[in-house]
Amino acid sequence: MDYAVKLFVILLSSILVNNFIMSRFLGICPFLGVSKRVSTAMGMGLAVTFVIAMSSVITYLAHHFILVKLNMEYMQTLAFILIIAALVQFVEMVIQKTSPSLYQALGVYLPLITTNCAVLGVAIINIEEGYDLLQTLINGTGSALGFTLAIVLFAGIRERLEQSDIPKPMQGFPIAMITAGLMSVAFLGFQGLIK
Amino acid sequence: MKVKEVLINGIVKENPTFRLVLGMCPTLALTTAAINGVGMGLAVVFVLALSNLFISLLRNFIPAKVRIPAFVVIIAAFVTIVDMVMHAYTPGLYEALGLYIPLIVVNCIILARAESFASKNGPFLSFMDGVGMGIGFTIALVIIGIIRELLGAGSIFGYKILGEGSITGLSFLSNIEPAIIMILPPGAFFTLGLLLALLNKLTDRKKQA
Repeated sequence: MDYAVKLFVILLSSILVNNFIMSRFLGICPFLGVSKRVSTAMGMGLAVTFVIAMSSVITYLAHHFILVKLNMEYMQTLAFILIIAALVQFVEMVIQKTSPSLYQALGVYLPLITTNCAVLGVAIINIEEGYDLLQTLINGTGSALGFTLAIVLFAGIRERLEQSDIPKPMQGFPIAMITAGLMSVAFLGFQGLIK
Repeated sequence: MKVKEVLINGIVKENPTFRLVLGMCPTLALTTAAINGVGMGLAVVFVLALSNLFISLLRNFIPAKVRIPAFVVIIAAFVTIVDMVMHAYTPGLYEALGLYIPLIVVNCIILARAESFASKNGPFLSFMDGVGMGIGFTIALVIIGIIRELLGAGSIFGYKILGEGSITGLSFLSNIEPAIIMILPPGAFFTLGLLLALLNKLTDRKKQA
């Protein structure tokens, strides 16, 4: 029972309290780059969720069964980034073969994910926090859902911003940053949720 | 002459933070204090300059098809070196930067320079480009860090300026209470947003003049 509660806490904290974008600042590049429309933001979010869930499990296995066994923990950064790059490539090929419609929807975002620091970030956080395999999977999925939540909400606001009259120097990135800041204030409200 | 241009280009004309808006994650996360900006900036200068140098030296041997993985491996090697050196010699800073040191690997500035500059230019110029871009990044981080630390914690590089116990001894400075929100995540977005708007305004005016 305790274990189930702990899993729930991890899930909640990864989605809301330690939201990837709003409080950890990971994955800001796609957050600013691919958030002009709700539909594309949704696509990016799904692709990221898929890749993060898979990569957290694989990097967990690689860390505990290869790097630790060989006493090569210092190779973590190098090993993880190669695993992620290979995984993204692999996922892209599999989706292309098995589900052309899904590939149509996610295709363009997949290559971008390699340089999404959220993916490597989750992998490293999982190892640092000492999570077991199930907790790793929950934390990975939760973080990615938090990312999706933030980017979709943000895209919704940005679609509205397009139609508003913004002073010229504020157009583009500056107003996007201010908007993100206000959203971040809202997410700050979740801080007290988990002690 | 050319070398100077390349250096200045990274610092002013194509400043990675203010002009290209790249590498946002460490920029927003680590600027709670000016000293973090210096540490992160110097780590990036090191990785960027040396990875640019080596990628440029190897550019004729790396097949075009696997160039991205090859670049990433070279970059990751230097990041690992920085990680170990900082862990050994600057434990305080290592603690403060934490997760963001290994994440230098996926900093878009580094891969972007490898792809767009180092894979096309000679080793020396590439090295200087790395140094210039790195310094530009450092300056940006320190500016944002100073603003946030001053407004959020009332100090600059750890020296108390605003609020109680101000080292300046001026009563009007010690009456200003720092606003903690500036060192919380929202402060990062606000500061960067307003700085970018200010820069846009200044460049606009220059163009008209």
